Amino acid sequence: MTESVHYLDHAATTPMVPAAVEAMVAELTRVGNASSLHAPGRRARRVVEESREVLADALGCRPSEIVLTSGGTEADNLAVKGVAWARRDADPARRRVLATAVEHHAVLDPVHWLGRHDAEVELLPVDAHGRLDLAALEESLARDPGSVALVTCMWANNEVGTLQPIADVVALARRHGVPVHTDAVQALGQVPVRLHDSGVDALTITAHKVGGPLGVGALVARRELAITPLLHGGGQERDVRSGTLDVPAVAGFAAAVAHAVAEREAHAARVRVLRDALVAGVLERVPDAHLHGAPLDGERLPGNAHLGFPGCEGDSLLMLLDARGIACSTGSACSAGVAQPSHVLLAMGCSPEAARHSLRFSFGHTSTEADVAAVLDAIGPVVERARAARR
Amino acid sequence: MSAGTSAAPLRVVAAMSGGVDSAVAAARMVAAGHDVTGIHLALSRNPASYRTGARGCCTIEDSNDARRAADVLGIPFYVWDLSEEFHDEVVVDFVEEYAAGRTPNPCLRCNERIKFAAVLDRSLALGFDAVATGHYARLVPRGAGVELHRAVDPAKDQSYVLGVLDQHQLRHSHFPLGDSTKTQVRAEAAALGLRVAAKPDSHDICFVASGDHAAFLRSSVGEREVPGLAPGDIVDDATGEVVGRHDGTLGLTIGQRKGLRLGRPAPDGRPRYVLDIEPVQGTVRVGPRERLAVHGLTGRRPRWCDDVPAPGTRFEGSDVAVQLRAHGAPLPARAQVSHDGDTLEVTLLESAHGVAPGQAAVLYTGSRVVGSATIASTR
Repeated sequence: MTESVHYLDHAATTPMVPAAVEAMVAELTRVGNASSLHAPGRRARRVVEESREVLADALGCRPSEIVLTSGGTEADNLAVKGVAWARRDADPARRRVLATAVEHHAVLDPVHWLGRHDAEVELLPVDAHGRLDLAALEESLARDPGSVALVTCMWANNEVGTLQPIADVVALARRHGVPVHTDAVQALGQVPVRLHDSGVDALTITAHKVGGPLGVGALVARRELAITPLLHGGGQERDVRSGTLDVPAVAGFAAAVAHAVAEREAHAARVRVLRDALVAGVLERVPDAHLHGAPLDGERLPGNAHLGFPGCEGDSLLMLLDARGIACSTGSACSAGVAQPSHVLLAMGCSPEAARHSLRFSFGHTSTEADVAAVLDAIGPVVERARAARR
Repeated sequence: MSAGTSAAPLRVVAAMSGGVDSAVAAARMVAAGHDVTGIHLALSRNPASYRTGARGCCTIEDSNDARRAADVLGIPFYVWDLSEEFHDEVVVDFVEEYAAGRTPNPCLRCNERIKFAAVLDRSLALGFDAVATGHYARLVPRGAGVELHRAVDPAKDQSYVLGVLDQHQLRHSHFPLGDSTKTQVRAEAAALGLRVAAKPDSHDICFVASGDHAAFLRSSVGEREVPGLAPGDIVDDATGEVVGRHDGTLGLTIGQRKGLRLGRPAPDGRPRYVLDIEPVQGTVRVGPRERLAVHGLTGRRPRWCDDVPAPGTRFEGSDVAVQLRAHGAPLPARAQVSHDGDTLEVTLLESAHGVAPGQAAVLYTGSRVVGSATIASTR
């Protein structure tokens, strides 16, 4: 194993920032359940509530609108199922759940689960860049607005980095009184993400994508949005989510989000330069490689490069780069570790063949020019080898 | 080229099933100083749909066991998805062979087409030098090449299922366990801290979840019109009398006695065995064990572990033997390559029982594997 790794998989997870480590470590050895009434409990509770205030300031909402969860998957499940159930309880006609075809599995799978339990699922198509077809959304809403429980549309795609037209989605849904949820896990820290400014009713974020710890996230939801709980118990989070809060993780989460939001513009500008250099360099060295998703200067995350290498297996490319100390991703994986053709690329109109020959490079706060140089040194021979391995 | 003795370090793919044998094979390659990468082959399109126990090679649990063994050995680990190749080359062949009334051996097929073909080709193309597996067999250097020999542990010897490999495949293979007993391998796994040290051996066909071949075959052919799926008569070979019915010839095997549900015992009260399967008519002939005796066979599609012998070449002598089943005994025999080189004629010096077309006849001289052929007919 190579000791110095060129880590270009920040969309999977990114190293913790020092401020988050410091905030978390400070809490690790202290005792106190944030729900206890005595002094140690009150102290823990104070850390949680201060963190919540920091998160609220960074995310443009009230502290009471932060529902802390175990991470993005739980927040997505809570939004999709919790809102669909609550809306259905209020009016049994609301059976339809609208989602884009390119959602993360943490949204897509609960949506399909609802579909197997009496909801009617409509997956909305995207264009060749992975961007939602707004006309399809409009048609779907207008067809029978009273039957729609929820629209869920990710802010930025985790595979190809395409930004969705959230403002337009909100405008259309509002016209029909339908709530909007967005998975903003990838967007936070790269583009401005604020609850009330965006107009969405709920948004999902997670700590570890922005330099915080693993295992903590939040559903940021307007106070007036009714949500049926998934986890019942002590009712710690607004009676919508139960479970003793992880005080150190929450402290690290808040520190990381505050840092990411404060540094966002400089960070985005920096990773964009690196990303653009990587894409240009790869296209020069592998002339038939191509970019998937929105153009680099278009509606796209600044830290995402998603490239197709015709005639290669993404798995082979990943392994060969890994052996050279370069960590990247094929974009999706299942529990057995077998890459399935990406549903995102398929929805964008790629053939199953083309959906397998891709690599995602994603940049973060520790990325350097040396990382780009390492990829550009390796990519030519690696692609050549991977092509030879393809029978 | 025998395991662990190569002077120069090689870049080696260790095929890791999640079992103890392949884990120790990988460990020995590491200990010999090679640059080893662990690869688990995902052979099922849907990992949950094949076997669900801990014994197969296709489950998520097995994949995890292989991954954990690689962690302990400190080697990189990846899963390669060969489910399409496996389905097309092995599962389809398995079903079609049965549908034609033959009894295929999917493990040989998998070795020939997947492990030492698709995997080896991909490994070589990716810059590796060889593939190592946990098969119990030995590779003995001879001149510029290698000979394939039986393992020292006769109870574990797997040279039979490797009899389909040619010289190119063998020269890029390593079987580090050929000199060891299973007991030694388990002890070594335990000493290395591998949790699979006590994991049970796999026995059944990895993609037949229940061990019920007939049920698997039925579900695999689906709605297709397959002759072997139609019910038919079971006929006494001596009298021509219908003595029972079967639900389809798929899954019946020559030499089979159990599960025939014959309504009436034979007049002499002796058990009756499947002698012949005619899949198109759907007729199955049964009779006493001595009618199963086979004195010779014709093998098609011969595969040679070394140079292809000239047409007409004879194999005879006291050390020539054929083995007709994975765990069968070697049978003294003579063999001759046909004049067009396409078949191998085998004469058994002692009769064998219940030899099924479709199985492999593997030719040995002493402990050395010469080659193999698929049994086309018996006499």
